[in-house]
Amino acid sequence: MSEPLVEIRDLSFGYGSRPILKGINLTAGRGQVIAIMGSSGCGKTTLLRLIGGALRPTQGSIRVDGLSVPDLKQRALFDLRKRMGMLFQFGALFTDMTVFDNVAFQLREHTDLPEAIIRDLVLMKLHAVGLRGAADLLPSELSGGMARRVALARAIALDPMLIMYDEPFAGLDPISLGVTGNMIRRLTDALGMTSLVVTHDVQESLKIVDYVYFVSNGVIEAEGTPAEIRASGLPFVHQFVHGEEEGPVPFHYPAVDLGVDLGVDLGVARGEKHA
Amino acid sequence: MPKRVISPIRMLGHRVIESLWRMGVAARFFALILMRSGACVRRPHLVIREVFSTGVLSLIIIIVSGMFVGMVLGLQGYDTLQTYGSEEALGVLVALSLVRELGPVVAALLFASRAGSAITAEIGLMRATEQIEAMQMMAVDPIARVVAPRFWGGLISMPLLAAMFSAMGIFGGYLVGVVLIGVDDGSFWSQMQAAVDFGDDILQGVIKSVVFGVAVTTIALFEGFDAPPTAEGVSRATTRTVVTSSLAILALDFILTAVMFRGL
Amino acid sequence: MERTTLDLWVGLFVAAGLAALIFLALKVGNLGDFNNAETYAVEAHFDNIGGLKPRAPVKSAGVVVGRVGTITFDPELFEAVVQLDLDSRYKFPTDSTAAIMTSGLLGEQYIALDAGGEETMLKAGGHLDLTQGAVVLEQLIGQFLFNKNDDGKTDAATPLKGEIK
Repeated sequence: MSEPLVEIRDLSFGYGSRPILKGINLTAGRGQVIAIMGSSGCGKTTLLRLIGGALRPTQGSIRVDGLSVPDLKQRALFDLRKRMGMLFQFGALFTDMTVFDNVAFQLREHTDLPEAIIRDLVLMKLHAVGLRGAADLLPSELSGGMARRVALARAIALDPMLIMYDEPFAGLDPISLGVTGNMIRRLTDALGMTSLVVTHDVQESLKIVDYVYFVSNGVIEAEGTPAEIRASGLPFVHQFVHGEEEGPVPFHYPAVDLGVDLGVDLGVARGEKHA
Repeated sequence: MPKRVISPIRMLGHRVIESLWRMGVAARFFALILMRSGACVRRPHLVIREVFSTGVLSLIIIIVSGMFVGMVLGLQGYDTLQTYGSEEALGVLVALSLVRELGPVVAALLFASRAGSAITAEIGLMRATEQIEAMQMMAVDPIARVVAPRFWGGLISMPLLAAMFSAMGIFGGYLVGVVLIGVDDGSFWSQMQAAVDFGDDILQGVIKSVVFGVAVTTIALFEGFDAPPTAEGVSRATTRTVVTSSLAILALDFILTAVMFRGL
Repeated sequence: MERTTLDLWVGLFVAAGLAALIFLALKVGNLGDFNNAETYAVEAHFDNIGGLKPRAPVKSAGVVVGRVGTITFDPELFEAVVQLDLDSRYKFPTDSTAAIMTSGLLGEQYIALDAGGEETMLKAGGHLDLTQGAVVLEQLIGQFLFNKNDDGKTDAATPLKGEIK
């Protein structure tokens, strides 16, 4: 059990010639909650897809439970995915099925369990996220927070060893935020799984995680325990934790000077006005 | 000057290459559907669900349009036949035009706009809301679980809908011709029976409707799967499904008619 | 929707579709009246078959007793060879006459079988010797005009004469 569950070494990935990730190293031990943080569009979700085997890295290794994910054949990859859960940003519930059928989906697809046992298991999972009473509702009848909890129940249906959360806190009200955060921690501890949380919600995640990776411009900018992160003097981390506009992460997407785009010399214009 | 000449040609080349490429991808997609249809055999309920949403839900439009088409054929046919004093051949006219052409073709066109567009929109939205990806991450093959059942459901529904369309049309022609206008009941049916051949006419109509079913469902599924995962992408894909499958139906109808009736 | 109601609807749908197919096959088409009956084939030579098609009816006394099978050309006799698939319930004498007729003025062509008086009956592979080919409308009109023309030689007052010349 000393071997980490997820081990990423020197990982690079890009769409075409545009690099997304450059030389990522990341380790997630068993039973831990790991946060991957960074500004929007920095490749965090891509990282999860690489771990899940949906994308192939251009370079480097990804090992999950001792298996090299990029080298797995379709069948072996599917076997590995049965032991992984993934929570999509907006839940990605199957809209043509009830909440119950959504949670039962994997049990029905991957096991030959009798319907009575499936029923018990599903109700237990739904109870764990506090939505046993909503079993017969359709996803369209749920609020955003509830949908995400159903998706969580669905992700843990097969008792996976690893769950990946893609922005679990996005768009939640403060109460749902706290509930979801605590639930991630509680389920991780109760089921003995490992959780990878991709998020940009610093305050909430620092409360529940064991270790944090900061990703920026495709590289890991900083890492450490929540305490280390809070105390960190790195300007990038400081900007991120405190949500400041000025700092190493620019507000503007790279562009030519505004004056050039507008066809006027802003400096001259300003100067004349002052004069 | 040369640029003005070259760029449209280059655009044309680009279009041709792109559409050929898409056709290749669609053919590969079709082969993939057939290869991954095992789950449909093991779990027929997946297909039954799709027969419901493509077949049962298209019933009303098929029955109503079939009736009207048959009634119009009855009126128009009677008008023309009367000039030659052979009103009794009304049954033949109505039945042959429905069984050979109008039944399969119009039913398939309606099927494309009713069921085909629904399939594209549904699959496109499933992709846009990451449901397809979620399924893949749950180690479930979406081709086997989502696409193949819809394909077989459509394939089962289409010939049945076409048969119902033809039957309702003949009934509509009977209503107008015999009940309303007063063509002789006996000769209406007997002339029809003498002229309509099971192997030549009815069976070939069924073959047509099966081919149309394959074409429409494959196009609808491919467009849905291929749609950019945005609102605009899905709506465009839905339109493309209706346009492409209507063209495909008419083109295939010509080819099938040429091959089967003329033996080319 | 409940699974059972869904099953019920789909069951109804498939049943209705099959019923429509059976209706087309039996009531609209001709599957009911003949196709599955046992047949025996006999041959007949015609000097001209006109517009006779395979699967055209063979009628005797107006009743359909068979269908035209294959139609081929005999390169030695320069005649059409028509195979008749007759219903094995009906037997015909060997000297029966086969004539190609037209139903109505513009209707489809069929073979009328006129029973002869022989004791021996036709068997499978038998041959009908007495045949009458199709009457071709153009020939008929030509003959008619020709006869008129002949008449015209005796009676110069006929108005047709001028038109033909």
